Amino acid sequence: MKTTPSASSLMSRENLYFLVLAALLLLVFPVLLDAFRLNLVGKYLTYAFVAVGLVLCWGKGGILSLGQGVFFGLGGYCMAMFLKLEASSPEATASQSTPGIPDFMDWNQVTELPWFWQPFHSFSFTLIAVVMVPVILALIIGVAMFKRRVGGVYFAIITQAIAAILTILIIGQQGFTGGANGITDLRTLMGWDIRGNEAKTVLYFVTAGLLLACVLLARHVLGSKLGRILVAMRDQEDRVRFSGYDVASFKVFVFCLAAALSGIGGALFTLQVGFMSPSFVGIVPSIEMVIFCAVGGRHSLLGAVYGALLVNAAKTGFSESFPELWLYAMGALFIAVVLAFPNGIAGLYQRYLMPLEKKILGGLGKAARTPSTAPARQMEETP
Amino acid sequence: MTRAKVTAPGLKRRLGWAGLLAWAALGLPGVSGADEVNSTGLAVTDDTVKVGILHSITGTMAISETGSVQAEKLAIEQINAQGGVLGRKIEYIQEDGASDWPTFAEKARKLLVNDKVATVFGCWTSASRKAVLPVFEQYNGMLYYPTFYEGLEQSPNVIYTGQEATQQILASIDWVVKEKGAKTFYLLGSDYIWPRTSNKIARKHIEKKGLKVVGEEYYPLGHTQFNSVINKIKLRKPDVIFASVVGGSNVAFYKQLKAAGIDLTKEKPLLLTISVTEDEILGIGGENVEGAYASMKYFQSLNNPNNEAFVKAFKERWGDDIVIGDVTQAAYLGPWLWKAAVEEAGSFDVDKIREVFPGIELKTAPEGYVRIHENHHLWSKARIGQAQKDGQYKVVYETEDLMEPDPFPEGYK
Repeated sequence: MKTTPSASSLMSRENLYFLVLAALLLLVFPVLLDAFRLNLVGKYLTYAFVAVGLVLCWGKGGILSLGQGVFFGLGGYCMAMFLKLEASSPEATASQSTPGIPDFMDWNQVTELPWFWQPFHSFSFTLIAVVMVPVILALIIGVAMFKRRVGGVYFAIITQAIAAILTILIIGQQGFTGGANGITDLRTLMGWDIRGNEAKTVLYFVTAGLLLACVLLARHVLGSKLGRILVAMRDQEDRVRFSGYDVASFKVFVFCLAAALSGIGGALFTLQVGFMSPSFVGIVPSIEMVIFCAVGGRHSLLGAVYGALLVNAAKTGFSESFPELWLYAMGALFIAVVLAFPNGIAGLYQRYLMPLEKKILGGLGKAARTPSTAPARQMEETP
Repeated sequence: MTRAKVTAPGLKRRLGWAGLLAWAALGLPGVSGADEVNSTGLAVTDDTVKVGILHSITGTMAISETGSVQAEKLAIEQINAQGGVLGRKIEYIQEDGASDWPTFAEKARKLLVNDKVATVFGCWTSASRKAVLPVFEQYNGMLYYPTFYEGLEQSPNVIYTGQEATQQILASIDWVVKEKGAKTFYLLGSDYIWPRTSNKIARKHIEKKGLKVVGEEYYPLGHTQFNSVINKIKLRKPDVIFASVVGGSNVAFYKQLKAAGIDLTKEKPLLLTISVTEDEILGIGGENVEGAYASMKYFQSLNNPNNEAFVKAFKERWGDDIVIGDVTQAAYLGPWLWKAAVEEAGSFDVDKIREVFPGIELKTAPEGYVRIHENHHLWSKARIGQAQKDGQYKVVYETEDLMEPDPFPEGYK
């Protein structure tokens, strides 16, 4: 590691922000919120996984994917299949014409568990599948697209088409997937009831812990040479290519990483909410996830987490207070974000709060160290 | 039922003493017997009782669910005007499911856990019901669900005030066979669980009679290109098109049928739908659907004093141009059935109400007399109406007796 003074001050500042977030998630929320609200925050945090992935591939890598819901959904479905099999023991489904298979299969006259459901009897396989199924799909899409130098708007459109295709596939094959209803009525994880408040609280901490770990991982990636190549690629792809880097491989990697993060988020979502349905796979949720990232600030990992929290909290809050008008309030919020602070919460913070902070710190006689972060920030703000 | 057995010991084991204390604290109001009509800590005071209304008022389903919300509010206002339930005025807390199933689950939890509502009237699509069902079972809430649906479900925590599939399908197929001499059928629906299950029941019933299904097709929700299927229908010349197309697709489907020269009033082929109520005709246009037959349990044009009073009150409350479809009427039954059950049980406790459910009846229902079956569905009549140019249905047939609800028909268990 080449630690110049400026870099170390940057790191310590980022560490501080990270600790603030960790304290917020692990201490402040659990103390202040009741079990119901904490569970809601837990649900929001699962979206934050997707938003963190989007910061990597869109904010830093310049690859706008409008199909992250696909990976979120696949991760969620993998977990849901495992939980559904556990809930469909022959004893619990004795009244069906074929006991031992999920209830929706029975309604659809499926009499045997399909082959691709079989491995999901195993929990370790499921955990691997939660990450690997999204990654493999991302790998296929990534290789097919990036090696052919498909990028920008075309790539965004294709990811959106994939989201549409997967939704149609899941709804159409309802005997195998649960159709539009999704996979519902999930009860236990390895015998542990996931529906009670106590279980939801435990799952909240698991989610928060994993999210913090993922943020650290993403930070590590960005701090490495790879991260700098990503940014360079976003801003001047041709120059990076002419410098001898295999641009496509870097893109495939970051796209797969974002998919893996989304998959983990999806699996945790299934655990907390207790079901999975195609409504998380389609185009609308995928775009919503991009909005979380945009509101938080697409260049900032922590901003993405705050973005997911803020947008979803606003959604819940507005819709509880103004059930008839809340969509207008959400629309106003998004327009305000785009017009007033295009770099999201993180941008807002940098523009208004950081100078203030500097002034205060400067007053304390530490001004000498702070200006060194400025060049890096400026680079980030170029669209 | 079995679930309660699973949770209770698990809960005790994990929670230990702290949990036991918390449980005792929660149970205390009940133990002290401060309120005899409410021993489970619901939001019931000496003069009010809180209930929840949970429908989509935004998103794609809003257009369908608005009628249900209006009906439920009207029923609640009417009950309050008569003195409320057990002397308590009903206050409702409305939440928006936003046409989004996880939102429905989130709001159901909020209503049951935070607001402690005594009961919830809500949901419309099966997907939303499936999403909230575990929540209602976990917190032992009670949901009154208004939509006609595919059956295959019977939860101790839901009262289904609409028809399950056999109540809509069997009588109507019997009727077209007997009265119209139908021999061949073309099944057509939107692609999700309700049309698919309905068509399975229909196909089984048709084939049992030795008659023929000449085609069965599904289109994604929101699909608007029906020309290819219309051509197939023209080629195969079925006697009956059995349609369960939902939502906006209906507009395209009926307009394209008309444009392709199929005049439904000529009944060649005859069109029998289980998905077009007066609400949908508003969007499709009466002139496009004129002549089609619909199998429902309620039509706005029903000629009985209950219904005349209901339609009048509904229009006074929500405006003269409003139409009332099958589901709207079923939603209107929810608060009234709940009131009848609470008063029979003498308590707002969900468990006590559940015990009195079988046999709870409503003589003042706009559709006529209804009664709750042991399987939590309603005994109701099946009716067939023919669509008129003005957007109303003319009732051409109704079953003599109430039809028994059969959510798990033979072969679908």
